[in-house]
Amino acid sequence: MEITSPAFKQNSAAALADGQLQKALGNVRAGFIDKRRKAIDALPEFEQLRDNARDIKDHALAHLDLYLEAYEAKVLASGGKVHWAESAEDARRIVIDICKSVNARTVTKGKSMITEEIGLNDFLSENGVRPVETDLGEYIIQLRNEHPSHIIAPAVHLNKEQVEADFRRVHTHLPDTRSLEEPEALLDEARTVLREEYFRADVGITGANFLVAETGSSIIVTNEGNGDMTQILPRIHVVMASIEKIVPTLEDAAQILRVLARSATGQEMSVYTTLSTGPRRAGDPDGPEEYHVVLLDNGRSAMLGTEFQDMLRCIRCGACMNHCPVYHAVGGHAYGWVYPGPMGAVLTPSLIGVDKGGQLPNASTFCGRCESVCPMHIPLPKMMRHWREREFERGLNPATQRYGLKLWAFVARRPALYRLATSLTVRALALFGGRRHRFRALPLAGGWTKYRDFPAPEARTFMQLAKEKGLAAKGRAP
Amino acid sequence: MSGREAILRRVRGAMKVHAGDTGRAEAVQARLANAPKGVIPARGQLARSERVDLFCKMAAKLSASVERVSASEAVPASVASYLRERNLPAALRMGADPRLVAMPWNQQGALEVKSGASDGNDEVGLSHASGAVAETGTLVMTSGGDNPTTINFLPEHHIVVVDAADIEGDLEAALERLRARFGKGEMPRTVNLISGPSRSGDIEQKIILGAHGPRALHLIVVG
Repeated sequence: MEITSPAFKQNSAAALADGQLQKALGNVRAGFIDKRRKAIDALPEFEQLRDNARDIKDHALAHLDLYLEAYEAKVLASGGKVHWAESAEDARRIVIDICKSVNARTVTKGKSMITEEIGLNDFLSENGVRPVETDLGEYIIQLRNEHPSHIIAPAVHLNKEQVEADFRRVHTHLPDTRSLEEPEALLDEARTVLREEYFRADVGITGANFLVAETGSSIIVTNEGNGDMTQILPRIHVVMASIEKIVPTLEDAAQILRVLARSATGQEMSVYTTLSTGPRRAGDPDGPEEYHVVLLDNGRSAMLGTEFQDMLRCIRCGACMNHCPVYHAVGGHAYGWVYPGPMGAVLTPSLIGVDKGGQLPNASTFCGRCESVCPMHIPLPKMMRHWREREFERGLNPATQRYGLKLWAFVARRPALYRLATSLTVRALALFGGRRHRFRALPLAGGWTKYRDFPAPEARTFMQLAKEKGLAAKGRAP
Repeated sequence: MSGREAILRRVRGAMKVHAGDTGRAEAVQARLANAPKGVIPARGQLARSERVDLFCKMAAKLSASVERVSASEAVPASVASYLRERNLPAALRMGADPRLVAMPWNQQGALEVKSGASDGNDEVGLSHASGAVAETGTLVMTSGGDNPTTINFLPEHHIVVVDAADIEGDLEAALERLRARFGKGEMPRTVNLISGPSRSGDIEQKIILGAHGPRALHLIVVG
């Protein structure tokens, strides 16, 4: 997909002016936060589980090579195949080869963010294979030729009237007179249309929430059941998973499952948690004849051992974006690539480079809500700061900002000069602030005064006030 | 170099792994062998009868309907009345689970019992749960000829028989049962942990039951 992350500011301005989007974003603010809070309040052990979930992932990452090998051995023993993909290109080639092996024409897909990351749908289409998204939200945005705006609620940027218009535009075999006003009718229509696709598909592709080294199982969690239809009805089930999805044991998966659904949708468990191990067994009356796992690196191994390693604990629950004031304001598409919100602001520069994704870590007020709700204790603000530092080191931020900061640093390192400069500035502002003690416009601060007045300071600086009260003389705060 | 070698080499390089370091391998083997349980919520740690009550309560909260019968012989009559009450055709699909097959279906004269996997044309499917979790009202379903996975998803109504003795307090205990049944490190092709009927909140975050899977989930708890 086209990357528009460098244009985050322009994307945001457009998002703020988009009335439909702003209406839809109200559902994020209203929905996710309360549901999560209630679910967590109902489980006294949540904080302990959260700590344990973090420790499990840290252990798995510290021994990732060994768990990957153990996992692979179990998949092979259960009759499955494992494909290792270093890059998006490798992964796409592996998938198309599998499709070609059965002359696949239709592929159904369960929800998978890494297939977005590797641009799989476009690639399949270009190669004569028709991908059909089966998650309701993913199906809707596929009809619109869009990408997910949220990692667990891909169509959260849309209102039902927009969905109705799309269904009427695409499902032309159905009568024009049908009523589609209610979400129930829209869901019913998608259910009927997609039922046929499940049976038509030659290959079903799902993502993975976990890969279990102990048993060689892949795990997906869904509410709709589409991921299950996708994997039990076609001849071939392909699992797309990035390497950090590994957990050691079934118990480890169970511990993290307890924090996953609660953090995501406020459910105690998603409706369907499905463990898939290999192809159908002798005597099984259903299930896929072939089971393939594509293990994708695509930049993850380069995060190991760096200040961004903790990001690999992410379980894609979406809590960080659900609680982010920036996401609430501009939605997911403004972020310009696959992963939005705070987790996207950290992950995007890691995966596509700080030159393209470096704008995103600036899209934060550092309010810290993302870290406070992250079930895996990922220090998202700290990592965004790391990216800002790298962006600065590489001279990628705007020249005015760089020179401004350099000027400030020059003055700040010279206390006498700093005191003089601040006291002069403060006095000047106090003087020119007039009777209202406010500025409607101020040079170099147009971004501020465009939307609100700038309050004029008192005539003395903090240091001067402190000195008067005798605090500075003591050399420490009282 | 294959993708496999390249990825593993990069991972080892990033983690600064030394060739002679046997401690890491031992830590991995120990965790895989011992599978530590972690934090088990107190909620499900109850005596048997309260555990069964909790399971029924939690399942009902997830919009499943729940009925309790005293013995498995009562299941066919219970199924037949479920179908009648909802004006459903007197037909169902089920697998070869001996516990289901042994039930007195012939006492429900008009009820047609089809066996084998579902092809998507069944209004009602019947399965026997392998286990259940009281903590969250979750069913544990295992694939095979006895309970084909398609029956869990394709019918409009999914009726599941749960033996009260199979209801565990917590998810970890249910997983331990799977391990005891299939062997350490072994799994059937598919394990479905099912918590209520299918649903979607993808349109304006409004939760609607009956997405791609069953619109209704009915549990018959035996014992």
